[in-house]
Amino acid sequence: MTIPLTSSQRGTETEQAPDQKRRFEPSGKDQATGAGRRVSIKGLSAWYGDQYAVKELDLEFEPNKVTAIIGPSGCGKSTMVRCINRMHEEIPGTRVEGEVLLDDQDLYANEVDVTSVRRAVGMVFQKPNPFPTMSVYDNVASGPKLSGTKGKHLKERVEQSLRSAALWDEVKDRLDRPGIGLSGGQQQRLCIARTLAVEPEVVLMDEPCSALDPVATLRIEELIEELKTRYTIVIVTHNMQQAGRVADSTAFMLTGELVEVGPTETIFTKPTDDRTEQYVSGRFG
Amino acid sequence: MSAMSAGGVLPPVSPGRKRKDATMRVLLGLGTAVALVPLVLVLWYVAKRGLGAWSSSFFTTDPTGNFLGNPGGVKSAILGTLEMVALATLIAVPIGVGVALYLTEYGKDSKFASAVRYFVDVMTGVPSIVFGLFVYIVLILSGVGGGGYAGWKGSVALALLMLPIVTRSAEVVLLLVPNTLRESALALGAPRWRVVARVVLPTALPGLVTGMLLAVARAAGETAPLLFTAAIVNGTSFNLGTRMNSLPVQIFNDVGQAQDRLVTRAWGAALTLVLIVLVFTLIARLMSRRSRLT
Amino acid sequence: MASASVSAGGDRPVLGRSPLSRLPDQILKWGLTVLAGAILVLIAFFFVRLYIEARPAFDKFGVFGFTFDNNWDVSRSIYGALPLVVGTLITASVALLIGVPVAIAAALFVTELCPQKARGALTIMIDLLAAVPSVVYGLWGVFVLIPKLKPAEQWFTDTFHFIPFIGGAAVAGPNYFIGGLILAIMIVPIVSAITREVMATVPLDHKEAALALGATRWEMIRTAILPYSRAGITGAAMLGLGRAIGETIAVTLVVGNAPVIGKHLFDQGYTLAAVIANEFGEAANNPLHRAALIAAGLVLFVLTLIVNAAARWFVSRGQRGNRAAAEPAGVAA
Repeated sequence: MTIPLTSSQRGTETEQAPDQKRRFEPSGKDQATGAGRRVSIKGLSAWYGDQYAVKELDLEFEPNKVTAIIGPSGCGKSTMVRCINRMHEEIPGTRVEGEVLLDDQDLYANEVDVTSVRRAVGMVFQKPNPFPTMSVYDNVASGPKLSGTKGKHLKERVEQSLRSAALWDEVKDRLDRPGIGLSGGQQQRLCIARTLAVEPEVVLMDEPCSALDPVATLRIEELIEELKTRYTIVIVTHNMQQAGRVADSTAFMLTGELVEVGPTETIFTKPTDDRTEQYVSGRFG
Repeated sequence: MSAMSAGGVLPPVSPGRKRKDATMRVLLGLGTAVALVPLVLVLWYVAKRGLGAWSSSFFTTDPTGNFLGNPGGVKSAILGTLEMVALATLIAVPIGVGVALYLTEYGKDSKFASAVRYFVDVMTGVPSIVFGLFVYIVLILSGVGGGGYAGWKGSVALALLMLPIVTRSAEVVLLLVPNTLRESALALGAPRWRVVARVVLPTALPGLVTGMLLAVARAAGETAPLLFTAAIVNGTSFNLGTRMNSLPVQIFNDVGQAQDRLVTRAWGAALTLVLIVLVFTLIARLMSRRSRLT
Repeated sequence: MASASVSAGGDRPVLGRSPLSRLPDQILKWGLTVLAGAILVLIAFFFVRLYIEARPAFDKFGVFGFTFDNNWDVSRSIYGALPLVVGTLITASVALLIGVPVAIAAALFVTELCPQKARGALTIMIDLLAAVPSVVYGLWGVFVLIPKLKPAEQWFTDTFHFIPFIGGAAVAGPNYFIGGLILAIMIVPIVSAITREVMATVPLDHKEAALALGATRWEMIRTAILPYSRAGITGAAMLGLGRAIGETIAVTLVVGNAPVIGKHLFDQGYTLAAVIANEFGEAANNPLHRAALIAAGLVLFVLTLIVNAAARWFVSRGQRGNRAAAEPAGVAA
């Protein structure tokens, strides 16, 4: 499905090879519903030096759905998720094997530029981390600016992203004030806006609410519900009630392995594996 | 070429950005090389020209003061440096560690301690020649000890230079001694002075020695504070109450001369001095790597 | 220390220590306090003595006259230090222009770009630049830098003859430029070390945030590291400036020691520190000359004090600002 690019989507990165066969095809997330990308993990293994953290994992993330990853501390869920946007390799001494496919494109293929992977797969971190020296506007604009978006297109993109993150009304009169002047929950939504501004297809969230109070958490969970219509969302959480509230599917990991994955309700009410049953009923972790 | 050959799924990265990244990486690497090239060059030249000056007589004879003919060696300079730096260390280390002890054991929160800390920092920024001037005024102009140049006066100037270095590094090391160690000793009923002498200082000792060695390395290489305190003299002396020679001042003197042999001797002396300083610096580094605290 | 004198049975206090056994503690405490106070007294003493000895010169020429008159003529006993002040500023500026970018580049390279294994070795080598004694730098400058750079300097000034101050000069052997260059080499280790420390405090969070947006390595440095480190780097540069202003021996050997304000970068010049080292010998018997040199020392001292105080303020402001950034403003959504 080839959707004509609007000017704000196209940006200004236009140096294309003349013999290019396929053009960049966004998944139409400007529309109310669109086809998000599927992420398929095949035989993924990851190491920190000698420590074997993720063990030959296979997992699928359905497009336009929210998948939660749960498991006790140290089970490798954050590591696994960081392999999807290739942040794991930024730590010295790490190693990754296996495949991570975005639709049918292996993100670890030799010819792939890691910066373009990270534009397609965005990440929201546990602790809100807006750039401290930048205003609200500049924070959101920082991503698109890197790929050359300027002027009016940039302003539209910033506003669009802030609206998508349900933050526009609260900051529209204070766009040039420092990003760190916002409250914790607002800062996290600012980080979400910043991530959305580069127009990813997949959004990874690594315990996005663990540093926030319950009210802020609820607002972000509502936001996730809206966002899934346009993106594929993966959320790592240690809070099982949260997984129950937002996720369509849930995957349970233990010591680097995938134990079980399935529809959220099934995982929590009728899990197949004993270990899953023990974890979700609170007997360990 | 952009990354679009990746099947159209991933957004393209403009070659301009990749070029800029590569360019900046090269520039930063070049900058580092530029920083290090002088080090290599200086050490190489000093080694090359200095070795040519070394001989047994270089180390065993004093400068003769002859402009023509045999200029002599640098024996008095080497000994003078060692003597004056040793005395300076004896002065600076107890005082420096003492002040650091005050700051860490007694004065953590008082305004007085903050002022002391601030002024110790101020002292690190004072040009070494100003220390020389100060000692000249206080110890020579005023006629102390007969009012002439003397080795011990040079040591005082060097000690002033070393003091802030010793104090700063000692304070850092003493702060690293875990408070729990102090508290357990105090809880056993030991008086404070015992805790300091038997627990704090021994634990901090390697770090204190490191700081001391770095200060010694610095003092050994300084010329300006000695110019008008210990001045210069040809003969070897073990009497710190008279003028005393030193490697840096000897070199400084010889550089200004138009005589080849004197210049050669200057290179030889420079190699000697660099080796002394490097040895102290490297020992200090090795010690700090092995220390339990740092 | 518990010193209650509860008497269980008898007059002897059970918990108290005899006053005599507390004496060493008192001695230690007061001894160390006196020592620490002595530092303050020392600094004050510095100022006072320097000023007293410099007074004859200030009396004769006035404080402003001494500092800003453009005439340093020893033979006629006229001492106006402007050529020295200007020379100090020129050499220090050259040192900053060359040394600071190099130091920052080296700091960035070592912390962000170079492989883990090379990090330690590179750091030690950069720090070793500070271990070389200044007289050795001077020696090398006189016999290696000056002759070897002369052709290049001449080419430079001929090619850029249209730029004022830089172009169209006859290159003197020892000159402002070589002085500044040697100073640049000497300030690289300190500027680099402090910059490295400052950059090490950039939270991993911000670097990851930039990378996760699809930034290249350089873009991440530009977005997350440099803005965060701005104040600290400024402080580091100012500390380098302080060092460059006060450096004596290396400069006096390569700057030419000509007590006039040179019109070109490649002219001979003089600095405050160099004049003291150079002329003190002959001034020993001339009270006014000696007072003038001490006055130059006082000006130098005050200059370095101001620069270092400003430097420290910048570094601490950077730390304060960034610590404030680490805490979110409120708890509400």
